[in-house]
Amino acid sequence: MTTAVSFSQVSRHYGAVKAVDRVDLDVREGEFFAMLGPSGSGKTTSLRLIAGFEQPTAGHIEIFGETAEGVPPYRRNVNTVFQDYALFPHLNVVDNVAYGLMVRGVAKAERRRAAEEVLAMVKLPGYGDRRPGQLSGGQRQRVALARALVNRPKVLLLDEPLGALDLKLREQMQEELKALQRQLGITFVFVTHDQGEALSMADRVAVFSEGRITQVGTPQEIYQRPASRFVADFVGSSNVLPPDFVQRYCGQRGWGSLRPESIRIQADASGDGVPARVLSKSYLGAATRVVLDADGLRINAILPAGARLPDDGEAVVLTFNRETLHVMGGEG
Amino acid sequence: MSANPAILPRRGGVAGALSDAFWRHPGLLLFLMLTPPVLWLGIIYLGSLFALLAQSFFSIDEFSGLVQYEFTLKTYGELLRAQNLDVIVRTVVMAAIVTLAAAAVAFPIAYFAARYAKGKWKAFFYLAVMLPLWSSYLVKVYAWKLILAKEGILNWLLAKLHLTWLLEAWLSLPIVGGNSLSFSYTGTFLVFLYVWLPFMILPLQAALERVPGNLVEASSDLGAAPATTFRHVIFPLALPGLVAGSIFTFSLTLGDYIIPQIVGTSRLFIGQAVYAHQGTAGNIPLAAAFTVVPIVVMGFYLWGAKRLGAFDAM
Amino acid sequence: MRADRNERAPLPLTIAAAAGLLFLHLPILLIFVYAFTTEDKSYAWPPPGFTTKWFAVTWNRPDVWEALTLSVKVASISTAVALVLGTLCAAAVSRTKFFGRETISLLVILPIALPGIITGIALRSAFSLAEIPFSTWTIVLGHATFCVVVVYNNAVARFRRTSASLIEASMDLGADGFQTFRYVILPNIGTALLAGGMLAFALSFDEVIVTTFTAGQQATLPIWMLEELVRPRQRPVTNVVAMVVVIVTFLPILAAFYLTRDGDQIAGAGK
Repeated sequence: MTTAVSFSQVSRHYGAVKAVDRVDLDVREGEFFAMLGPSGSGKTTSLRLIAGFEQPTAGHIEIFGETAEGVPPYRRNVNTVFQDYALFPHLNVVDNVAYGLMVRGVAKAERRRAAEEVLAMVKLPGYGDRRPGQLSGGQRQRVALARALVNRPKVLLLDEPLGALDLKLREQMQEELKALQRQLGITFVFVTHDQGEALSMADRVAVFSEGRITQVGTPQEIYQRPASRFVADFVGSSNVLPPDFVQRYCGQRGWGSLRPESIRIQADASGDGVPARVLSKSYLGAATRVVLDADGLRINAILPAGARLPDDGEAVVLTFNRETLHVMGGEG
Repeated sequence: MSANPAILPRRGGVAGALSDAFWRHPGLLLFLMLTPPVLWLGIIYLGSLFALLAQSFFSIDEFSGLVQYEFTLKTYGELLRAQNLDVIVRTVVMAAIVTLAAAAVAFPIAYFAARYAKGKWKAFFYLAVMLPLWSSYLVKVYAWKLILAKEGILNWLLAKLHLTWLLEAWLSLPIVGGNSLSFSYTGTFLVFLYVWLPFMILPLQAALERVPGNLVEASSDLGAAPATTFRHVIFPLALPGLVAGSIFTFSLTLGDYIIPQIVGTSRLFIGQAVYAHQGTAGNIPLAAAFTVVPIVVMGFYLWGAKRLGAFDAM
Repeated sequence: MRADRNERAPLPLTIAAAAGLLFLHLPILLIFVYAFTTEDKSYAWPPPGFTTKWFAVTWNRPDVWEALTLSVKVASISTAVALVLGTLCAAAVSRTKFFGRETISLLVILPIALPGIITGIALRSAFSLAEIPFSTWTIVLGHATFCVVVVYNNAVARFRRTSASLIEASMDLGADGFQTFRYVILPNIGTALLAGGMLAFALSFDEVIVTTFTAGQQATLPIWMLEELVRPRQRPVTNVVAMVVVIVTFLPILAAFYLTRDGDQIAGAGK
């Protein structure tokens, strides 16, 4: 399988600030790749390094096997959907979408036809004559997508493209983006701070923290087998368990991660398991979150609808399948 | 997919190479962009300015009338002569009075525009201040020559209102009075006030726009009398705007030499003194020393204004 | 500051504000009346009668035409120079952070922050030191210097409102630096430059203080007017010229106002 984007020991430092620090990364051709992390973790800078808006201070970047350092953005066959969409306010929708073709000298009729075609693909036909200012947020997002796709890039970069949309629209766009990616077969690199978005859309996820990648893997691997406390905590707010606890209940030494939904609560306080006390409950609709205190350790459990809910202050016993407790290597 | 490379070839021609170079070295582009304006302003403007200031450290030979190119503070000493000191004090006092009066007249306009004018009226107020601000300086001065003339509209109006005695009483006062309004400090003051007033209104209005309306209402809800609200809420918040406006009115009055020449007494202001010394008298060193006065005064003024946060309101 | 409720302004405030605006505008209106007066020896009010004959007299005066031509010429060249220098400066200052940014802003603003007489006498003494004879170009040199700031201010404000990602988007889509300038930057700052250019034109067209020091024997329209003010000879012609000057400067100001207002709405809507 061809590598679409490859970083080897890539750094981008601004004085003492290490925005990206010695990152190794391989994005495969045709995959939907997510860069996940909190703000300031280096994911957006990595994206900008691929686009060519930033140059690495050290290391080597390849795009489809070709060296990318020193190549300006306009010579990279890579296009970007910007977080603020960056639609040209002085051009109408068709001219926005056709911009990439216009600067490459494609004839007017031809580029208009191509633009209409891509607009139809993003389900925005007939909007060509409007100005960006007359569109809703969701529509602008589609125009930005169409504009980036019109050049048929080898890699499409998306910088938090769904961040400004409301929940329902966001879920709909997630589906559409996924379908579009499959249909076109273009490599998508997607930056987000929303772990749910990354897990549901991506083929593989890279988790960024403080300028470095802490884990790369499929959503299942990231979720079930987090490599570090940071990943366990950031992806799906897992219960992070100290080595003592892990040793007592599992026999192994090391920090552990236990998903809230893996925990069962038994009312029989004398039974086998982890004794705990209920602190509070919050109703989530499809489930209920229970916050418990196990000898000073705060533990979250998620109970499916229909399960018996313990009372606040009640003494209970927590049980879980031993395989669901993931022991992380080292000190995490 | 070989027809669709990941990296496109470099474009030919000078434009392609230049564009790549600018991207690779942003500093080069910055340098090229800054060079023309910095050369123009740095050489033509600052160069002239420093040449002028340097001349203030030379002196003029009293017998030959030629400039002696030797460093001396003698010329600055001349500034302290009674007649020259008079000129400086007269100008600074006039600038201060004009500034205070401009603040008083500007405040209601700025306050009304900021707090009560909406929509179309807002645009109206803005234009109503901008148009006089930008209309010809000389035409404005000329208009006041028409107004203040003995046979002009002001005297005619006062006569109609049977108030000529009031004007005469005012003109018979020392200092502010004179033969007629056209030849008195009162006239000079009125024209200064008129010409620089828009420069006070705009920053003042900008500052008042930033005072939250609910703050004023909160104060009155708490039982404060309007005067108290004004003194403790509105005035402190408007102060940066007032100071910003005063920088203009003060500085412009300090440097003007045309208004006192056309409307006023024959006693000189700084600008006129500079003009006279560099022109007929040919005493460039003294003229240069005189120009240092407004620069120094404004330097102190700006330094104080900066500490009051006036620059945010400009 | 905005009155939240539909609050009425207190009467004294309304009166004071209205009086202030009248004070600003009545003297200019007076100019219009005087342009039609039949009186030619004094500034008598009320005018004894009205006539349009002074317009014809002014029209046939070669000295007025010469002064007007020189003013237009100087203002046009100065505006062109100011447009180039001001835009370059604004682009540099707003696009990149570099050492000395504040100094550059100060340098641009200084020529109108300091009293005009200082700029004027400094230039004059520099010309005499460098033995440059007075000409149209010495006038332009002075005017362009203080016109830069007007263009600069307008351009900086617009650059600030134009999202930096527009330029990146253009480059990303395959436009090189020159194409980006032509197709994205220029259309976005165009109206601001036009407005800045008009204000610069008006500023130069009206300037008198610096010009008296840099003009030599030539007379721009303001210099012509100044001479009439100091030694009135042709009162009726001066009246007409004053009125024409008012109108000629009002038009670009109005145009600049509407240009920047609409332009900013477009830029704002794109966000």
